[in-house]
Amino acid sequence: MDSNIPSSRGETLSSLILKNAVIRGEKTAIREKNLGIWQSWSWAEVANEVNHLAGGLAAKGFSRGNNLAIIGDNRPRLYWSFAAAQSLGGVPVPLYQDAIAEEMIYVFNDAEIEFAVVENQEQVDKLLEIMPECTKLRCIVYDDPRGMRHYDHPSVVSYEDIRKLGLNFTKEQPDFLAGELQKCHPDDVSVILYTSGTTSKPKGVCLTHKSCIEVAESDMGFDGYNEDGEILSYLPMAWVGDHLFSYAQSIVSGFTVNCPESSETVMIDMREIGPSYYFAPPSVFENLLTQVTIRMEDASKIKKWLYEKFMAVAKQTGLKIMDKEQVSLKNRILYGLGNVFIYGPLRNNLGMSHIKVAYTGGAAIGPDLYSFYRSIGINLKQLYGQTETLAHVCKQPNGQARIDSVGVPMPGVDIKLGEKSEVLVKSPGLLKEYYKNPEATSESITSDGFFKTGDAGFIDQDGHLKIIDRAKDVGVLNDGTMFAPQFLENKLKFFPFVKEAVCFGDGRDDVCAFINIEMDAVGNWAERQGLGYAGYVDLAGKTETYSLLKECIEQVNRDLAEEDSLSGSQIKRFLILHKELDADDDELTRTKKVRRSFVADKYQVLIKALYDGSKKCFIETQVKFEDGRSGAISADLSISDAETYQSNVDLAA
Amino acid sequence: MNDTNRNLGPTILKADSISLAFGGVKALTNISFEVKEHEILAIIGPNGAGKSSMLNVINGVYHPNAGSITYKGNMRRQMKPHEAATQGIARTFQNIALFKGMSVLDNIMTGRTLKMNAGFLAQCLHIGRARNEEIEHRRNVEEIIDFLQIQSIRKTPVGRLPYGLQKRVELGRALAAEPELLLLDEPMAGMNIEEKEDMSRFILDVNDEFGTTIVLIEHDMGVVMDLSDRIVVLDYGKKIGDGTPTEIRNNKEVIDAYLGVSD
Repeated sequence: MDSNIPSSRGETLSSLILKNAVIRGEKTAIREKNLGIWQSWSWAEVANEVNHLAGGLAAKGFSRGNNLAIIGDNRPRLYWSFAAAQSLGGVPVPLYQDAIAEEMIYVFNDAEIEFAVVENQEQVDKLLEIMPECTKLRCIVYDDPRGMRHYDHPSVVSYEDIRKLGLNFTKEQPDFLAGELQKCHPDDVSVILYTSGTTSKPKGVCLTHKSCIEVAESDMGFDGYNEDGEILSYLPMAWVGDHLFSYAQSIVSGFTVNCPESSETVMIDMREIGPSYYFAPPSVFENLLTQVTIRMEDASKIKKWLYEKFMAVAKQTGLKIMDKEQVSLKNRILYGLGNVFIYGPLRNNLGMSHIKVAYTGGAAIGPDLYSFYRSIGINLKQLYGQTETLAHVCKQPNGQARIDSVGVPMPGVDIKLGEKSEVLVKSPGLLKEYYKNPEATSESITSDGFFKTGDAGFIDQDGHLKIIDRAKDVGVLNDGTMFAPQFLENKLKFFPFVKEAVCFGDGRDDVCAFINIEMDAVGNWAERQGLGYAGYVDLAGKTETYSLLKECIEQVNRDLAEEDSLSGSQIKRFLILHKELDADDDELTRTKKVRRSFVADKYQVLIKALYDGSKKCFIETQVKFEDGRSGAISADLSISDAETYQSNVDLAA
Repeated sequence: MNDTNRNLGPTILKADSISLAFGGVKALTNISFEVKEHEILAIIGPNGAGKSSMLNVINGVYHPNAGSITYKGNMRRQMKPHEAATQGIARTFQNIALFKGMSVLDNIMTGRTLKMNAGFLAQCLHIGRARNEEIEHRRNVEEIIDFLQIQSIRKTPVGRLPYGLQKRVELGRALAAEPELLLLDEPMAGMNIEEKEDMSRFILDVNDEFGTTIVLIEHDMGVVMDLSDRIVVLDYGKKIGDGTPTEIRNNKEVIDAYLGVSD
């Protein structure tokens, strides 16, 4: 490990912040764009702010053992709230800000939340609304004063007031905070992250200071993060990835965290900052690529021609250069030209000019998507991990990035396979326990200390881990063929026209699928075809859309035919859903994963129609809007057959 | 927003027996009404009822043939638009009147023109007082951008924006003048429901945060009833109703003329 990394034995995240204030006090710790200008705070200033906030919370009665709810966009003051809670021996509990009331109430009661720090009026309103059901909640601190002038609720207090309270408090009791910090131990729980729960109620994953610090150090060693780095923090604070990258790693390595102006300005802010490390789920990379593609469609002929020519060069040569393979001089020169005309400007446009490593994880990434970024010179790699392991299981080493693997086990990580090829993990980032849920804890952790990931996978001859599906979702068709739904769905989702897919087949004769179209891409396609449509439902039901999607499905079937173990699970029939699957309707988790059994249950009628050969099926669905109202959407859905193909193996026989 | 206990101040604007004619066409006949400080007043009426003419009289674009306008205690018959502006009256237009080729930021900045005091030369060279002034104005404009949540389009040329956003930018430019009285000519025309909801929110916020008095013309009855403290109804240049939304809803003459004939 690098010598300039401070040794952190016996440290907590709170003590490391103080250490940063000493060893790199002048260095910028965090920035936020406000009124169009990037405002910065140095590590010394951050330590100060955290102290004031902690003092204020302590004066209000927040103490050791309390949990602090944190809700909002990525804001410096909210990050400082994590640190303030930790320095008092309390535990921050970040929540997804788009969570509906029911979910929030559950978490607030489960974690016995008394104090909450939130971003703005919207969150305050939400909390005041659920307050009668969250009996313990007694103090709501808000960051942004906009629209808050007329609030005189006794529990609601501004960040500024808390800060002032803290200033006085620390003056009166100058030794209090240092004393509290003394009591903090590396093995204390540092954060509780609630998992979205694909199957059941959310569970609170308790992680410790020690695991956060060890994982961050291990990542620094693996990818060479150091204090000169810049990152843009734009992913939900309640998500393990953001907590690790924007919080723990920043504190351990000292790099600068940048908070965007608003969620709509992320692209612009990213261009201005030019982060050196970047993490995004595949969907974000996909959105970026979709935007590039759409804009290229509208570009002038010359630009289009240049783009196509050089993207072909990149596809051929770029990947090899990235993987440090042999490339002929001619191709190298061509790639160099492309770099000047296309790749460089494109990287700049995406805000990725300074990226040393970019990671994606959490879901499978499409091969085209993956190679697109790598071929234009962005070192995009995959990692594998979950909240329970602090996203610390496998990463792809530089030069060994492959589309079908999630990388090699990180230092200190132990992997073995259990029943149904389930991946079992021992990691320094392993959770301490599920909050107040010993039952779930003992269910998920084996007696010898391995965490059951629930993913089915295997380790190949090079030591790379490959994930196929959720272990419990792997099923069999009636003729005994293996059926890995997620594998099929991912293949479908790699088409720009498909937003989401759900496949059915376990215990049935053949495979059928629900498709959600990607409104942007299909809408754009329809426009170019001169096809008029009234809205989502109308577009989804068009015969032309059906034939477009049919082609995608048949392509997947052709691919499947080439893999002998899966060739039997080709998709026979499909339909296009009339509404997008949505987390507000419980069809997706907050991290946008399909809740398979819920969807199967909700749309029973449609599944029946898929398997009984009908051509049409009427469906009416209740939908919940963000403001809590609900309404109904109905449609008469068509069902379409798709061509299946004989497998190569059969042909040979 | 129809609660009666809102703190309305004294009369800020009084129109007294205003008449306006273009040749033989009588656009306005003997119109009188008052606007209280901090109030949201809506002017409604069928097409050609004289609503826009009334706004134009208030900010000095048209000069009434008879009658007078009393604004903040000063009675006047003739006033030029820029005088109205210096006295704290700002407006937006029915057909968006922005500089299409300029960025959102620059467009809103033009709203600060009257507040700039530095000399021409100093402004050209960007020195001394002009520099400090510009920093202050920019800050003010950025606060408006933040307020209207248009940070993501700060540097986008206005011509490239969708209609709803252009309307929001126009509101921003009017706000940049820090008006006491804001005249909005159909701020929600041509918007979809979501854009209308947003715009309504902003109008209420402007009224609430800055205490700005607002006179608006609007066709969407739902919006008018929800937003306004009081409504003035015009028909063929005559005032046929003046009262709270509830009163207007039950006013038979208004219903006949505008909301549909009652049998």
